[in-house]
Amino acid sequence: MIKFEEPIDIWGQISPEHGYTVHGAAGALPFKPLNRQALAMRIFLLVISLLTIYALLTIDYRSVDVAKAAADTLNNLKIIFLQPDTHRLSLRDAFYEVVITMGLAFLTTLFGGVIAFFLGLLGARNLAPKQVTNIVKGFVAFIRAVPTILWVLIFAVAAGLGSAAAVIGMTFHSVSYLTKAYAESFEELDRSVIEALSASGANWWQIVFQAVIPSAATSILSWTFLRYEINFANAVAMGAAAGAAGIGFDLFMAGGYYFDLREVGLITYIILAFAMALEAVATGLKGRIRQNPR
Amino acid sequence: MQADIFTRRRNGGLLFFTLLTVLTTGSIVITRYDVLKGFTSIFRAFAWGAANFYPDAGAMTKLPDILLKLKETVLMSVASTTVAAIFAMFLALAGSSTTGLCSLSGIITRGVASIFRNIPLVAWAMVLMLAFSQSELTGYLALFFGSLGFLTRAFIETIDEVSNKPVEALQATGASYFQVVFQAVLPAGMPQLSSWLLFMVDTNIRDATLVGLLTGTGIGFSFDLYYKSMNFHAASLVVILIVITVIVVEMISNYVRRVIM
Amino acid sequence: MALLELKNVTKYYAGPTPALAGVSFTVKEGEFVSVIGPSGAGKSTLLRCINRMIEVTGGEILFGDLAVSKLKRRDLRKLRTGIGMIFQHYNLVDRLTVIENVLHGRLGYKSTLAGVLGLYSREEKMQAFNIIKILGLGEQVYQRCDQLSGGQKQRVGIARALVQNPKMILCDEPIASLDPNASKIIMDYLKKIANGMGITLICNLHQVNVALAYSDRIIGINKGKVVYDGPPGKLTADLTSEIYGTESGELIVDWGERYAS
Repeated sequence: MIKFEEPIDIWGQISPEHGYTVHGAAGALPFKPLNRQALAMRIFLLVISLLTIYALLTIDYRSVDVAKAAADTLNNLKIIFLQPDTHRLSLRDAFYEVVITMGLAFLTTLFGGVIAFFLGLLGARNLAPKQVTNIVKGFVAFIRAVPTILWVLIFAVAAGLGSAAAVIGMTFHSVSYLTKAYAESFEELDRSVIEALSASGANWWQIVFQAVIPSAATSILSWTFLRYEINFANAVAMGAAAGAAGIGFDLFMAGGYYFDLREVGLITYIILAFAMALEAVATGLKGRIRQNPR
Repeated sequence: MQADIFTRRRNGGLLFFTLLTVLTTGSIVITRYDVLKGFTSIFRAFAWGAANFYPDAGAMTKLPDILLKLKETVLMSVASTTVAAIFAMFLALAGSSTTGLCSLSGIITRGVASIFRNIPLVAWAMVLMLAFSQSELTGYLALFFGSLGFLTRAFIETIDEVSNKPVEALQATGASYFQVVFQAVLPAGMPQLSSWLLFMVDTNIRDATLVGLLTGTGIGFSFDLYYKSMNFHAASLVVILIVITVIVVEMISNYVRRVIM
Repeated sequence: MALLELKNVTKYYAGPTPALAGVSFTVKEGEFVSVIGPSGAGKSTLLRCINRMIEVTGGEILFGDLAVSKLKRRDLRKLRTGIGMIFQHYNLVDRLTVIENVLHGRLGYKSTLAGVLGLYSREEKMQAFNIIKILGLGEQVYQRCDQLSGGQKQRVGIARALVQNPKMILCDEPIASLDPNASKIIMDYLKKIANGMGITLICNLHQVNVALAYSDRIIGINKGKVVYDGPPGKLTADLTSEIYGTESGELIVDWGERYAS
């Protein structure tokens, strides 16, 4: 029960005209304690601003005429977005290449999803012992720390540049992302349900297939699709940087080899259309799941 | 009635797996993915990696060069993220439904953010390469444009989620627009906004490798150089240093998040 | 003397049914008026039309001698500084301290820059502190608002309204999120503010018995129309059922039952 700490008659002494003065309290603002969060926030902002300023000051601006380059870029962007055109690549070819990219993304998501499914079971706190979940977490963190492009290139040494290296290399990050997402989806099932089932004599796999998967199915499918959206973008990038097939490679050739801005424009528009369609579906799905694993 | 549900479940499952098989087969055919080669290459890659992909004494002599490029890359990621965050903040204020000027500005900002988010990083890198050639600025600008769309969208969501009630209260006291922004929106949203910023720095360090490969800047260029000249010992050193950097940055991010939340 | 006068106020959102359909009444200085009615009756809209958080579609609102709907932006800010507002969900910036939230009530009096930077004079800080002390939160001045209980948060909300030196305070369901004990404390404070300080109070409530116990006058609205306007003593069971439709008996709950809900 909260009590009034001041006698009620104090209200008689305060009114807008008197400026709410309370007798005996004049000039006695209490000492302000140190606010740790606010201080940390300020230090963080200060450090990141200083780093930024230092970085911007140490850029080598001499090697390039910035004003001219900026004007050129603006002009190039104008050509790209206002005059897209087909040269080497017909519209039909371009769509076919996008389908290839989507195929790469699909295979990556599928392989990633299957592996992540098992790792997710081992990474869910309600299904696996703590030591196991920690090992899974460490493994996933390591995978994530190596950029996707490097995974792809490392595998390209063994498998040669092409779709095999791209799919396997991209699968790594999908595994890491989906393992985390799946494990969190599995964890949403209450421990008491698992307890009830094991009390009735069900073994671990029976519990997984009869209780865990049915209850997590919706969010698993949603997460998988969200990853598919990311993999599509990745597949474009890998096409360009690692010579994997698909629209990304065409983009790289048009931009970096033939310097054909109009074709870059066309390819960009096509990718943009597909990516935004995927994004629209993904946004709809996001409402069905709780939070973003990073 | 109960049999019905089981049949439906089974049919649903059957349909799902049929669809999956069709899509998988289709993808394998169209991408010319060699299944056998794919799986065997995993083991070959590990065998090869164990035999060749580790830093040796010769690679260590390249360490100072690599560290210099690494520093350049980290600074590039931080600076491009921060600058993008400042621009994204203005866009987000205009695009949020709590602080936006009108519903039209919201629609436009969200649309622009979505376009920026979905233009592939590769396209930015290619376009910027043409004018800025192999200068550091190419990397900065590619990462800047790549981050801008993502951050704008994340910031809009944060502002909407975190501050619409305090904003209403401050407007009711007669506070002006900028007072509301600085006294309610920023204090309420700062931890979440910073968290997105840290996430983006983290992502950008990894993306900087990709951009570097394409544009010949930063750590990506170092890797490409050693990789193409088949100096895999030095290339492995680059990978190890990137891994360490990313993990350290992630640990710092997590620590900062914990303290400011 | 009439402080507030509503003449035939109407408000349409999208769609043909009005949220307010020709509402007229006057409020005297120092009066404690409760507005009751079923949810969706237009109580919240009515309150927000008075300080123009929502624009009216038709009719006129006079505050003193100011025509609210004709005010320019600067004058609107001035009007709002003279009217405090209290919300169901308190609408505080949870991450800021009690005194920072209370001082937000002073923003309307300050230049934009001073408000943006959060520069408050010593008098303002003392005034805020004294009000906080009077409301029994002297110990919590520098605590963050997310560490407070609901009742304490609402007292911060009241303090923020009082520090504006308002002529009138609008309360939008001030106790709807609170337990019975905290509700009683809040209502007692509101009563003191009306009777002891001569500040006019317009209070949306959905508990009829609370309205009966505390207010000088009750306005019942249903479907955007005033269906009762008079002293609590004359509000009969029949009239209540007219305000609420049929099942009014269940709506007149006592404090104990509120706790259960």
